[in-house]
Amino acid sequence: MERKSKKTGLIFFPAFDWAISPTHPEREERLLYTQDQVFEEGLLDFDNIVEYKPGLAAKEDIDRTHICVPDAASVTTDSHLIAAGGTIRAAQAVLEGKVDNAFALVRPPGHHAMKVVHGARGFCNVNMEAVMIDYIRRHYGPKRIAVIDTDCHHGDGTQDIFWHDPHTLCISIHQDGRTLYPGTGFHQEMGGPNALGTTINIPLPPGTSDEGFFHTLDHAILPILEEFKPDLVINSAGQDNHYTDPITNMRFTAQGYARLNEKLAPDIAVLEGGYSIEKALPYVNVGIILAMAGIDYSHVREPDYDAATLKQTGDIIRFVEKSTEMAYQVWKERKNFRERIVGHNRSMTRRKHVYYDTDGISEEQEETVRICDDCGGMVTIDSQADTGRRIFAVIVPYLACPRCRQAGEEAYDKADNRRYAGVYFQDKDRDLFRVK
Amino acid sequence: MIIGIDVGGTHTDAVLIRDGRLSKKIKLLTRQDHLMASLLDAADYLLEGEDLSRIERLAISTTLSTNAIVERKIDRVGMVISSGPGLSPGQLPKFQDTYYVSGYMNHRGIEVTPLKERELDDILEDFRKKGIRHAGVAGKFSCRNPQQEIRIGNGLKGATDHVSLGHRLSGQLNFPRRMATAYLNAAIWSRHRQFVREVENFMAEKRITAPCYILKADGGTIELPQSVDTPAQTILSGPAASIMGTLPFVEPGQDAVILDIGGTTTDIAVLADGVPLLEPLGVTLGGYKTLIRGLRTRSIGIGGDSTVKIVQGRIVIGPERTGPAVAFGGPAPTPTDAMVASGRLPLGDRKASEQALQPLAEQMKRSLPETAEAIFSLTCDLIAQAVTEVMEDINSQPVYTIHELLEGKTVVPKALYAVGGPAEVMAAPLGKRLGWSSHVPGNAEVANAIGVALSRTTAEVALLADTERGILTFAEEGLQIPVSKRFSREEAIGLAREKLLEKARRLGASENDMDMEITEDLVFPMVRDFYATGKNIRIKVQIKPGLASYLKSGE
Repeated sequence: MERKSKKTGLIFFPAFDWAISPTHPEREERLLYTQDQVFEEGLLDFDNIVEYKPGLAAKEDIDRTHICVPDAASVTTDSHLIAAGGTIRAAQAVLEGKVDNAFALVRPPGHHAMKVVHGARGFCNVNMEAVMIDYIRRHYGPKRIAVIDTDCHHGDGTQDIFWHDPHTLCISIHQDGRTLYPGTGFHQEMGGPNALGTTINIPLPPGTSDEGFFHTLDHAILPILEEFKPDLVINSAGQDNHYTDPITNMRFTAQGYARLNEKLAPDIAVLEGGYSIEKALPYVNVGIILAMAGIDYSHVREPDYDAATLKQTGDIIRFVEKSTEMAYQVWKERKNFRERIVGHNRSMTRRKHVYYDTDGISEEQEETVRICDDCGGMVTIDSQADTGRRIFAVIVPYLACPRCRQAGEEAYDKADNRRYAGVYFQDKDRDLFRVK
Repeated sequence: MIIGIDVGGTHTDAVLIRDGRLSKKIKLLTRQDHLMASLLDAADYLLEGEDLSRIERLAISTTLSTNAIVERKIDRVGMVISSGPGLSPGQLPKFQDTYYVSGYMNHRGIEVTPLKERELDDILEDFRKKGIRHAGVAGKFSCRNPQQEIRIGNGLKGATDHVSLGHRLSGQLNFPRRMATAYLNAAIWSRHRQFVREVENFMAEKRITAPCYILKADGGTIELPQSVDTPAQTILSGPAASIMGTLPFVEPGQDAVILDIGGTTTDIAVLADGVPLLEPLGVTLGGYKTLIRGLRTRSIGIGGDSTVKIVQGRIVIGPERTGPAVAFGGPAPTPTDAMVASGRLPLGDRKASEQALQPLAEQMKRSLPETAEAIFSLTCDLIAQAVTEVMEDINSQPVYTIHELLEGKTVVPKALYAVGGPAEVMAAPLGKRLGWSSHVPGNAEVANAIGVALSRTTAEVALLADTERGILTFAEEGLQIPVSKRFSREEAIGLAREKLLEKARRLGASENDMDMEITEDLVFPMVRDFYATGKNIRIKVQIKPGLASYLKSGE
């Protein structure tokens, strides 16, 4: 098959000396066999595959995206800063035109990290894609960006961060939240009142195979992307939909992953989860790299691959088709939801309980957004964690209107820092971060 | 006394070192049609009137294999490949006679698909029909488990003169390079063996009983008979000879750059703590990327004889060379002419250089001295820029641990050593541009032979222990031994060192000259279903390239 060769940047950082704990899935060994396979296939000898060394993300890069409690240094380690720095490096290579696309094969993952960070949840402390997106907009100007989260777990962190941002489309496909962590990611989660329909969730049933993923891709993801017209497409590339993954129940294959990346043609892919470190990751990663570089991947196959055992049942096919159809309806009808959901409110509040499973922290959060026709809307967050820390944060959104910015400044000035462990102010457009 | 001879593409250099001092030297034009004759001529000259029983060792470097590959004067090789899943065959190196067979080892060296030995019957039948007598075998992940390669090799042995097995040539991962390496090794095997025999005959005739060494691309030597089955190691030893020949003049232990400014190209090599850097995977020759350990050099298309032109009012230098400088009877102006015309280089026909540069000066609408100066200056700029790029490349080499990323050593040269024709003239201006001290080593015209004479024996060993499976593999030795669950990193390092010493002794190293270094030291706890099940230990040790003995100053 003839393919167009593309220049692909690879940021490979397996962090061979870092683990969450000795027997945790997120441990030293995770990308060892992937490295073996990538090296043995000689992928780095291809003229159109270029490896880049990651840098460290700066504190400012984290503060541009997150509200870390009490501060960025306390919730991140070097490994997080390198993973985020590697993701930024991928973006730099693409946006400076050095490569056509790039894949940040870094660990640990980040897509469960939300706006406010009290600790680690779902193995994630900081959200790599979100940090990168804010970095891109800060250094390379305004961009419409689509994040397609193809990890098996709902990309709830990324969803939370861009919930109110109409310029960032977040589509997550994942195993049905009724059967898997984090238990969210249903169709009705469709974004904040000023950004309805730019969050799209497509839950899929356990047992979904290549066929089902391609149905969703062809009938929801690609048509929505076509209409959203992003400047950049980012694949939040978890590899745990694989049929051998130990903590999920899907039937996706290395061939499927390669073809998905060929069809989706992301500008930047970022590794998320995926813990079948011997039987899946080596083959899936080789497949993705080849597909991104436009090199024939038809011979990439797991040694134990058997098409017959990976067939979907009729129930699964019907579930996938229905879920895909519902997701596409959310997108199509997004403008009609506003009046019904917003009504005459001038602001809207959502209350969230967030559990940081990796660190065992519970957080109660109240998030209020100003209803605005001109931008994503100024957001305030009142967050109380069972660590005893209560904080208040004001966020002036990306491409903010003057009234939301003014409202944000007033809210920050008014907030009484004697009631909180910290009061934070984040202004994306002016790249300001203040704490009192 | 030590004899060093380098039979290069153009010149053959030879030296006799007596009691650590350069005692005799000679430089001859190489006889292209008969490299062996050049070697013998040089040896005869040096040995004239010498007591041959006092020779401690003889060391040689030859471009024989390199030339054979570049000129494609090589044997037809039947390549037997077991590739398993991964890259499609269309993306792998292509050879005239390639045979794909069943069989696949995965990344841990576990046999996933067995070999079908009966497939070899058809291959041997085809070998017979085509008259193929040399074979190369490469299997994916054979450096993790060489058993399939060994069995294929055994199946082919009887019906061929030689079989090159991929895992014997390198313990590194990289299947396409393993294929190319096995191919080249098989393709030059018979020529190299012939060469070894001729040298041995010569020594027998002269009754020289001292050991004879041959230089490898990594700047190390091994005893000649040890090279018979791995001739690929000896390709591209020319650049290595030149770098090793500069080492005696470099202050030990420092970061430095060695520039070999030739006629057509300038070769850039780098020393870290006084040790030449190696290519991360292997050398590239004749379009083949290999796993042959070699000194890291970058060649740029700018040398003393590069053609100088004016294109749209700008000076363009190289990359082509049409002949020597006009000052020496060549057809077109070169950077050397700019050096001659400006009086920097008091050699050749200055008038001729000036005349050749005059049209360029007119095109530039500048005076002749200004034009000569501008050409010289640009030549230096371009070389200095390439050196800077090489340093950036080396210092941005990816690393895979947090420790290395945060603490990683950077190579920061403060000194430049230049050899080659224009070295005397260019060293200082280049040093100034880079902000480094500049040096021109003595006896540069026979630097290659000095390098050959003084280089120590190098060797490397790669160990992989998988305690979950209870197997330890020394890939290049084709050796797998059982290990217990409790086998530790410390034991692995001990064993690897032991193996390295044994190998180095076999290759000809002397006991008191084994500068060992650990180049990879990784231990991964293996966890399956949340239980620790073993360790994956990866150790690489090597004897660094370096000098076996030093040269005393003064002749």
